[in-house]
Amino acid sequence: MDNEIKFKNVDDLPPMTVSFGLMVINKTGGWRSLRPVIDNKKCTSCMICWKFCPEACITPEEQPVINLDYCKGCGICAEECPRGAITLIEEGK
Amino acid sequence: MKKVIMGNHAAAYGSKLARAEVVAAYPITPQTQTVEKISEMVASGEMKAEFIKVESEHSAMAACIGASAAGARAFTATSSQGLALMHELLHWAAGARLPIVMTNVNRAMAPGWNIWSEQNDSLSQRDTGWMQIYCESNQEVLDTIIQSFKVSEKVLLPTMICLDGFSLSHTYEVVDIPDQDEIDAFLPRYEPEYKLDVNNPRTFGAMTAPEWYYEFRYKMHQAMMQAREAIAEINEEFQQQFGRKYGMVDNYRCQDAETLIIASGAIASTARDVIDSLRDSGKNVGLISVRTFRPFPDEEIRSIAKSARQIGVIDRNISFGHEGIFFTETKAALYSTSNPPEMYGFIAGLGGRDVTPEDIEEMIHLTATGQAPEVTWFKLKKDMEIAAS
Repeated sequence: MDNEIKFKNVDDLPPMTVSFGLMVINKTGGWRSLRPVIDNKKCTSCMICWKFCPEACITPEEQPVINLDYCKGCGICAEECPRGAITLIEEGK
Repeated sequence: MKKVIMGNHAAAYGSKLARAEVVAAYPITPQTQTVEKISEMVASGEMKAEFIKVESEHSAMAACIGASAAGARAFTATSSQGLALMHELLHWAAGARLPIVMTNVNRAMAPGWNIWSEQNDSLSQRDTGWMQIYCESNQEVLDTIIQSFKVSEKVLLPTMICLDGFSLSHTYEVVDIPDQDEIDAFLPRYEPEYKLDVNNPRTFGAMTAPEWYYEFRYKMHQAMMQAREAIAEINEEFQQQFGRKYGMVDNYRCQDAETLIIASGAIASTARDVIDSLRDSGKNVGLISVRTFRPFPDEEIRSIAKSARQIGVIDRNISFGHEGIFFTETKAALYSTSNPPEMYGFIAGLGGRDVTPEDIEEMIHLTATGQAPEVTWFKLKKDMEIAAS
């Protein structure tokens, strides 16, 4: 990524732990053990999942799209979906 | 302009003169008048600052951290239980390298519930990364706030300025309050290199793995060591402009002293009178008033103590199961010297117990004659005395 900075030694560091750009380089999707999957046939595009996602990982397009680069798999979207259109699938399966 | 004011008001005027832009504070005895005065000055427009009323000291420090991270000069004041409640945020402020300045009115920790002077509240925060300064007078409180913003903003560490509950906080003394334009010439605006800025978004205090956390801790230590030089330099500059000087320690009549007494805060100011009368009667005694506890003035103490044969340390604090805290630190500073003096520790004045000139004279006598054990609980009421009282 463009804004990734490599420090060489202690003198090279800023005084405090501060980022030199956005934290988009930190792809937190790697933390996920459960992956939300949307059944587009059941989904009515009410966007309740988009409203509830605490990581702002859902984009409200024609139907919601989950950004798996950052989704940590908390499952709130699946819990809140009124149509039961989102299921959590164990990663690696 | 000279005014007769209490220590708590000296702190409030100090924060106003320093042009603190955000004050988030919660009132607590015996600090209350600082918060009240600042609140009044902000309400009347006399002080141009945002005064944030908070529900606790934990929130007070959190608000100061946010303000300071956004580049504002932030000030708060607390005491005892309030300082203890702030504890977690003290680490956050120092670790984020924010130059927040705070006055802490030294007050004993409960239980038993007690509102009087003792240093265990601030000394319990020793390793949070805050600089700590102990004041002897209300003038020193005001001046130290001005100096501390400058030192803190230079080395990027926060400062805690301690004043004794009641014997300074509520005692009215003559304080020379400098004009605002004089202070402005001494203390320029705070311009941080890194700050919260919507146009240049950054993350502060994010996850730091073992790969670099260790180096960040070293940088905090390095900043504390650099503060020694900054304190001396800024004190020199302050003296040139205002005629008053402080520094890391104040040596009072230490020249050729065989017996030295080490004290801090209001007890040190009482000790000055005792030293005067003993010197007048031909005794070779002197006082080291320890102002900065962090960074600790070990080099200064080593250099002053060279000719001393005995040193007595008066501690208005106790590290349970060990001894007085300044005593421990002083002994450690002198351990590496070739011919260390005899050392005696005196625990005195806990929970606001009065420490009189006569008491200090007796402690100096016990030190000079070597009649005390290594640690004395000075004037502890023993069985017989309790029965008699």
